[in-house]
Amino acid sequence: MLRLDKVSKVYRVGAFGSKALLAVNKVSFEVRKGQVVSLIGESGSGKSTIGKMILRLLKPSEGKIAYNGDDIAGFEGEALKNYYRQVQGVFQDPFSSYNPIFKADRIFRVLHEEFFPEISASEWRERVEKALVSVGLNPAHVLNKYPHQLSGGQLQRFLIARALLLNISFLVADEIISMLDASTRIDVLNLLADLKAYGLSILFITHDLSLAYYISERAVILYRGNVVEQGAVEKIFNTPLHPYTRMLMESVPRLDRKWEKGVQLVEREVEKTGSGCPYYHRCPVAEQRCALYQPPLVEVDEDHWVACVHYESGANLLTPFSLAGQDTIPKVE
Amino acid sequence: MALKVENLTVYYQTLRGDVHALEHASFQLADGEIMGLAGESGCGKTTLGHSLIVLFPPMKYIAGRVEVDGEEIPIWDSEGMNSYRFRKISLIPQYAMNAMNPIRKIGKMVDELLESRGVDYKDILPELKRRLDLVSLPHEVLNMYPIELSGGMKQRMVMVISSLLNPSLLIADEITSALDVATQKAVAEMLVEFRGRQFINNLIVITHDISILYQIADSILIMYAGVLAEKAPTKSIIESARHPYTRLLISSLPEVGVRFAEKRLMGIPGNPPLLLNPPLGCRFRERCPLAYERCLEEPPFIEVKKDHFVACWKEYENHAQAG
Repeated sequence: MLRLDKVSKVYRVGAFGSKALLAVNKVSFEVRKGQVVSLIGESGSGKSTIGKMILRLLKPSEGKIAYNGDDIAGFEGEALKNYYRQVQGVFQDPFSSYNPIFKADRIFRVLHEEFFPEISASEWRERVEKALVSVGLNPAHVLNKYPHQLSGGQLQRFLIARALLLNISFLVADEIISMLDASTRIDVLNLLADLKAYGLSILFITHDLSLAYYISERAVILYRGNVVEQGAVEKIFNTPLHPYTRMLMESVPRLDRKWEKGVQLVEREVEKTGSGCPYYHRCPVAEQRCALYQPPLVEVDEDHWVACVHYESGANLLTPFSLAGQDTIPKVE
Repeated sequence: MALKVENLTVYYQTLRGDVHALEHASFQLADGEIMGLAGESGCGKTTLGHSLIVLFPPMKYIAGRVEVDGEEIPIWDSEGMNSYRFRKISLIPQYAMNAMNPIRKIGKMVDELLESRGVDYKDILPELKRRLDLVSLPHEVLNMYPIELSGGMKQRMVMVISSLLNPSLLIADEITSALDVATQKAVAEMLVEFRGRQFINNLIVITHDISILYQIADSILIMYAGVLAEKAPTKSIIESARHPYTRLLISSLPEVGVRFAEKRLMGIPGNPPLLLNPPLGCRFRERCPLAYERCLEEPPFIEVKKDHFVACWKEYENHAQAG
């Protein structure tokens, strides 16, 4: 449905754009129909950049993003509008998605004028109300209000309702949960899961592993713009292979197990050669060659891909590491 | 008791009236206790934390007293608090990333800060360097500007500065929420280490992330809509909470290992009440599945079990019957 093929993004930074920052490096993955794929990474990993490139808010420096086989870079005019009918995004901060001097439901009116001028006002109102009900809002309570009169959860659901009105088939959900309170975030998450059941594909961008595990089938782990591990969500969570993924799984605070004590953070000096494994400077199991050699993604198990020298053929494998149903975690040597 | 708070009430003054952000808060911390303070945004947890150190307008002191190490702290007196701030009670602010003066080298800034408290920078420098080692920061940071440090480094630097004069009580306000999980873990463990080395006596960690508290806190205080709902040892809050709000809150947290397809989690229906004119009685009443007539009165915050305090009429009655 949506496929990224070796997509890279270079930002110009520094005075007059004198330096290049490789935000996304040859990322490839695919989202199929009705699938939820989580894009997981810490701040600065390039996960939001990927979301913005899919929404054509940024242009990829290299590579191709294809939607149903067509390169989205080629969409112009009517074709682009048609693309936006099917692909929409919802972002982290619902408050800044609205113009505070207009009522919040203006987003629906704009949609009506721009995309559905042929539909009568009364029919449109019916559709809006139906969409609001389907995201769990009472139209009488939320329509005709200014953004500051609504809560973050309500505004966020407004944006999802707006996306639904377009009858979209692909949603880019960029950290949409993190601004919400614990008691409402699960409602929004359940809503996404329900929409998935109707065939909506979702790219769920998050740094929260437990949310990703709750909702998605596949996961892509990003580190500094590079995919370090990807595949089926159970495999990645139950047997994380890449040292970075292992570290993430070990550090994520959980309610059923306490942290291992005394795991040291590694900080290694790196020469800026531009080559080498992106995780080399923090990797506890790095070898000499990792400084210069960037391993490709290899399939180590069915639908489980890792980019690490320790999993290339003939390498001495790392000790198996499992978090599911075990009391003790074998330490990485 | 290292920290004793009695009946603390703080309002926000607005044009439309007083916002009852914190009412009748009473609790105690034992020596060396690390307490987590959790709740949804707007529940008053930051108000409670800040009222122990600085009351900015529109925050207004209404009632209550605070004791640290047996000494009463004049929290209503902004001038009088100056001799306690930093020395006795200190704060790691939210957004510590931006807490340092951007146009001063860090060492110079610490120097000025200490001077304002009548402490000589040179005397404390050896200790400062030891503490930089402890949080694995190079000594050169003192000659650097904040912009030269990464987010995690700034966070650690602010932690060192805040605890430099060995305050009895340190308040950490949402310090882990902007960090990625690896740095989060390192920072949280360093705070525990500070307590272990007796740089600080008590620590209050304000956060909305209960799973972090499970890792580091000795006890957890849950707030709801400006009032205390429950305080108990961490294990009891996670495994055998008594207040209906705490129970619903804990059960709505997604965790690694829980999937939508296997187990659908439920949120808490409804929204917290507005605190401009808070409802009488229990403030969770509207959303509580167990609410009954008695909830129209405000439930007292009582100890139902050793160290386990709850403000709920159901628990009050169970306790009265049992005891």
